[in-house]
Amino acid sequence: MLAESGKLDRRELTRALLADRGDMVVIAGLGAPAWDITAVEDHPLNLPLWGGMGGAAMIGLGVALAQPNRKVLVLTGDGEMLMGIGALATIAVKKPANLSIVVQDNEHYGETGMQETATKYGVDLVAMAKGAGFPRTMFVTQPGEVPALHAAIHAGGGPLFAVAKIDATSKKLVLPPRDGAFIQHRMREAMLGPAAHHQL
Amino acid sequence: MDADAIDKAPDASASWPDQIFDLLKKHEIRQVCLVPDAGHSRLIKRCLADNAITVTTLTTEEEGIALMQGAWLGGDKAILLMQSSGVGNCINMLSLSHIHRCPMPMLVTMRGDFGEFNPAQIPMGRATQTVLEAMGTLVQRADTPEDIAPTVDATIRMAFNTFRPTATLIGQRVIGAKTFGKD
Repeated sequence: MLAESGKLDRRELTRALLADRGDMVVIAGLGAPAWDITAVEDHPLNLPLWGGMGGAAMIGLGVALAQPNRKVLVLTGDGEMLMGIGALATIAVKKPANLSIVVQDNEHYGETGMQETATKYGVDLVAMAKGAGFPRTMFVTQPGEVPALHAAIHAGGGPLFAVAKIDATSKKLVLPPRDGAFIQHRMREAMLGPAAHHQL
Repeated sequence: MDADAIDKAPDASASWPDQIFDLLKKHEIRQVCLVPDAGHSRLIKRCLADNAITVTTLTTEEEGIALMQGAWLGGDKAILLMQSSGVGNCINMLSLSHIHRCPMPMLVTMRGDFGEFNPAQIPMGRATQTVLEAMGTLVQRADTPEDIAPTVDATIRMAFNTFRPTATLIGQRVIGAKTFGKD
């Protein structure tokens, strides 16, 4: 699971975190996290984002509050999380036990030419989540720590916030469906059944 | 309400905040998210007191756009309450509604609109309707107390019936503008 850099391979990490996912919803921030979850499987309970930068964690909160008996995982990048960093305060106050946020931190803006992010200079997202009041946080750098992260995501008792330091190498593009309406309706039907389309 | 507060709340005798609350219940709104505004203060209290409504206080209004997207994915109807200045914080995030065809109703209390005292409120107050419409939002104004409930009803209906962002702008003329004794 380690790349030549000695850091975690993002695809292998994603595959490990999504193993035996059951009925868990996965929201992926725009860019590489969206390609990563799609490379594992184009699943009806995936929401790979094409836009809305800074909003992934809050989308996760909305789902988690609406579906309190279902696990919700937000998998996103360091740049996306930094853009919506205030959401850590909002989420910590609401304390959704079923929500986990995992930041795949490569310390770069990967889609725009690998410019450095603030985490490259020591900004500590885990400390920020702790300061906001997240009851559970993890910092993962080694393959041996990934099973504990997987278990924590599925255990509930959150909200959980984790940073996994990953290798910055870009992987093969695996694009999800581009029609966001299809992605939304597919997820709603998977959660709500046919009634999703005959609402209200 | 603190007499020295910079925002102004509706008079205690005004019935429209309670009418809006009744509409939220009628339309089975389950999640209300907001950055507080004095104009919405009584409505916010009613929502906080209702066990069937989850209230989320945001650090910035664009979080509310993303929250509405998540709520809808999970089967909850949601609405965003904010002041006109907060509309400016939402603009790029509103693209989520168009990407996914997600209903996103918004109730906006206006500042910088009618008799405003604070110069800082004017630029965004003048731009509120323009930028919402630039992002494809169906915008209706309500400038009399009697107009508010039917307009909010239409705003909620059009969001959930036609899958897009919609907004009611509640005019500052209804809420009143503070003058800090500088009449």
